[in-house]
Amino acid sequence: MMMTAVASIPPFETFYADHSAEVLGLLRRRLGRDRADDAFQETFLRALRAYDRLRHGEYLRAWVLTIATRVAIDTHRRAGEPTDELPDLPHRDGVPAYEELAFLTDELPPKERAAVVLRYGYDLDYEQIASALESSEDAARQAASAGVRRLRRRLT
Amino acid sequence: MTIPTDLDRRFRASAASSGLLAASYDIIESKLGPLFAAVTDRGLARISFDPEPEVELDRLASLAGPRVMRAPRALDETRRELDDYFAGRRTAFDLELDLRGLPDFTLRVLEHLAHVPYGQTSTYRDLAGQAGNPRASRAVGMVMNRNPLPIVLPCHRIVGSSGSLVGYGGGLERKEKLLRLEGAML
Repeated sequence: MMMTAVASIPPFETFYADHSAEVLGLLRRRLGRDRADDAFQETFLRALRAYDRLRHGEYLRAWVLTIATRVAIDTHRRAGEPTDELPDLPHRDGVPAYEELAFLTDELPPKERAAVVLRYGYDLDYEQIASALESSEDAARQAASAGVRRLRRRLT
Repeated sequence: MTIPTDLDRRFRASAASSGLLAASYDIIESKLGPLFAAVTDRGLARISFDPEPEVELDRLASLAGPRVMRAPRALDETRRELDDYFAGRRTAFDLELDLRGLPDFTLRVLEHLAHVPYGQTSTYRDLAGQAGNPRASRAVGMVMNRNPLPIVLPCHRIVGSSGSLVGYGGGLERKEKLLRLEGAML
């Protein structure tokens, strides 16, 4: 299998500068302008708390958007509002999902591995995965299912 | 879309007071132009005349870990002391310093450098002698050139034996300005 270079973890400042606008946009759509500000603080504080436990700098965008989504769900819950959001998967904030899945996915080709991790580790939809991988939704769906097929063959 | 200034400022303040940042930095305006300054939980770790933080950020991250952010509030004390110094109200700094990672010889030289008083000069040769090797003037010159904390560790007060300014990491013009400010040069 071909080795791919693993992105190193950028200084938090760089990470924040790269993703703060998009995180705020997501939170405003989900929560409205007023509540988005507090959720923004909460999102980046959670990210900061977990930041030096990251092992590499891949999927940081998907990672922080996932945290933002969880913060939005928590905000809805606290307000007693129904959440027809994504089911809340058991997940510890500090441990990025790709680490939980690493033992399974390490040997997949890079694109399939990314698609599988984002779909099943982060629970992103194919539109989000496509934009994270800079490909089309169809390509993202195909990569994820090819990855799952490959895992199934290996596990049986 | 960029995020509103207030929101950005609020997050940076929360980050600074959360205790979660391994290193915080800011750009501080001074009579010598903008200065990059960074602190860790151990103290002041960096002053640089290059206000482009890219390279400095990577250096800080390799020293203290990746939780590095611009957080002006964490630099309040540093900013205050530098302002006082440039206004002529302060002749010595009371800041804790973070000098981890430096070789022994460098630390010895910087230790002696820290004792060269405001408004006076010493020479590379004298400093080399104090650090235990009178023939190491050139090595002392290198240490001055790479001083991680110029101004606070006063490498501008070190001149050649003939009295010439010789060199300065931030450019000779800055060295001259600092010595004039301190009244060490007419």
